[in-house]
Amino acid sequence: MKSIRQPEKSNYLTGHYSHHEMNSPVLRVSDLGYRYNGDWVLKEIAFELRAGERIAVVGPNGAGKSTLFKLVAGVISPMAGQIDVFGHEPGGHICIAYVPQRSQVDWNFPVSVAEVVMMGRVSKMGLFQWPSNQDWKAVKESLEAVKMQHLAKRQISELSGGQQQRVFLARALAQEAELVLMDEPFTGLDVNTQEDLFAMLESLSERKVTVMIAMHDLKLAAERFDRVMLLNHSLVGIGKPEAVFEPQKLAAAYGDHLRFVQTEEGVVALEDTCCEDGGHQHA
Amino acid sequence: MLEWLTTPYQYAFMVRALGAAVIVGIVCAIVGTYVVLRGMAFFGDALAHAILPGVATGYLISGGARDILFWWALLAALVSAFAIGAISRSTKIREDTAIGIIFTGMFALGIALISTVRNYSVDLSHFLFGDVLGVSNTDLWLTGIFGGLIILIIIAFYKELLVASFDPILAMTLRLPVRFLDYLLMVLIAVTVVVSLQTVGVALMVAMLITPSATASLLTHRLPKMMALSAMIAAFSGITGLYISYYAGVASGAAIVLSATAIFLVVWIVRIVAAGNTRQPSTKASN
Repeated sequence: MKSIRQPEKSNYLTGHYSHHEMNSPVLRVSDLGYRYNGDWVLKEIAFELRAGERIAVVGPNGAGKSTLFKLVAGVISPMAGQIDVFGHEPGGHICIAYVPQRSQVDWNFPVSVAEVVMMGRVSKMGLFQWPSNQDWKAVKESLEAVKMQHLAKRQISELSGGQQQRVFLARALAQEAELVLMDEPFTGLDVNTQEDLFAMLESLSERKVTVMIAMHDLKLAAERFDRVMLLNHSLVGIGKPEAVFEPQKLAAAYGDHLRFVQTEEGVVALEDTCCEDGGHQHA
Repeated sequence: MLEWLTTPYQYAFMVRALGAAVIVGIVCAIVGTYVVLRGMAFFGDALAHAILPGVATGYLISGGARDILFWWALLAALVSAFAIGAISRSTKIREDTAIGIIFTGMFALGIALISTVRNYSVDLSHFLFGDVLGVSNTDLWLTGIFGGLIILIIIAFYKELLVASFDPILAMTLRLPVRFLDYLLMVLIAVTVVVSLQTVGVALMVAMLITPSATASLLTHRLPKMMALSAMIAAFSGITGLYISYYAGVASGAAIVLSATAIFLVVWIVRIVAAGNTRQPSTKASN
């Protein structure tokens, strides 16, 4: 894997990480490309996000959403183009939180809710340091922010889906993340729990935390987000939902997997492809 | 009863054996917690077998002196660990395939080397199944020093190893040295395997790494508790195994492993029965 620029050295040993340039956007992606086994998974992606913004990233399975998130998180390096988080490469920052899909977490791992949230503090502590009072305070406040303080000592396997999601949000808060990437957080949650999650996201926006959310549900994205991104290897569209979710662009992203139905509210897209958990509808 | 318990320890070799069995049990159990949590049982088993050529080389060079075996075994373990890491990182070969290739290759090399010695079946069985009753003072010192070092390193890197094991992507976004931590754990397993060689031998090593930790994982949901419980179970298995070995004349390594296996089975059955009893209609926490 070759990166275009030399990765900026973040240093866990010395605790030095990239600083935030005053006038730089939270995230600026330009001409981004990433190749896997010879195929361009992502190509010519360019967009910007401002502080406190919340954007839904939608596209069919295998469209490159996860790859985009890993690139933005600085976990893998671009093969073309450039990503800047507050004016520097993502790999030098510890202000980016990645919230994994719930299906990818080992829920039987022997840790408690508070211990998972404390993991967000590890880089703040540094090598050979144990949690200080300040770290415990941050964990407590983060758990309070997501209304989970009463479950702090629970083992993580004993949580419901919505609670699991909140633990990871609390971890991002404890990390003092300013850019949060969430992979399919709504998948498998019932309507009430989805509403709870939106309330949490609202409080993140108030803290000027920028959030990117990968999701399948076009209706939810259209109704609840001011800005959406339609992705299928390249950037099909970005902007207000009504501008992006129009038949031509949707067809470009989903091909034959979408059908369009005329309703009283306008054109509605139905997705045929089923997602991992199945069971949720796009109507 | 008391006499029955103390009789074996009128022999100095039994006292040394007890020391070795307890130290090895505790070190294996603590390192083994990560082996169990990260699903590295096959890697542990492979590494145990892969030290055989090192042991054989040391044996052939020194003509049987024990302490030099330790360093040759350590070399073989480290070479194998890094070879497995390098092959699975640099090619499309899956890690378990890389482990299989290196482990059998090294093991075959070890057998080939030992077979050049005339009466090799006797010596080979010592390496394969351990010889805790033959532990020397030097062996015991080496075991104690390296065992202590391993536990100190696990404590020093506790939070980093925890994050890297639970959520590697979090570890990367927190900019932890993930590759270093992976290699660190591999080296710790390698050193543990070498330290334990004489107690349980190559063939039964993986039992000491995984059985006590797996038993502990059935009893607790906390990592530090799991490590402590696992260490206690392993130490107890070591002591029990030695008594069985002394009074029933059973091979010591096998007796220790059988004790650990018996404890696992008891705990497992108790858990099943307990789970069966509580499986009444209960309101599951909803969202």
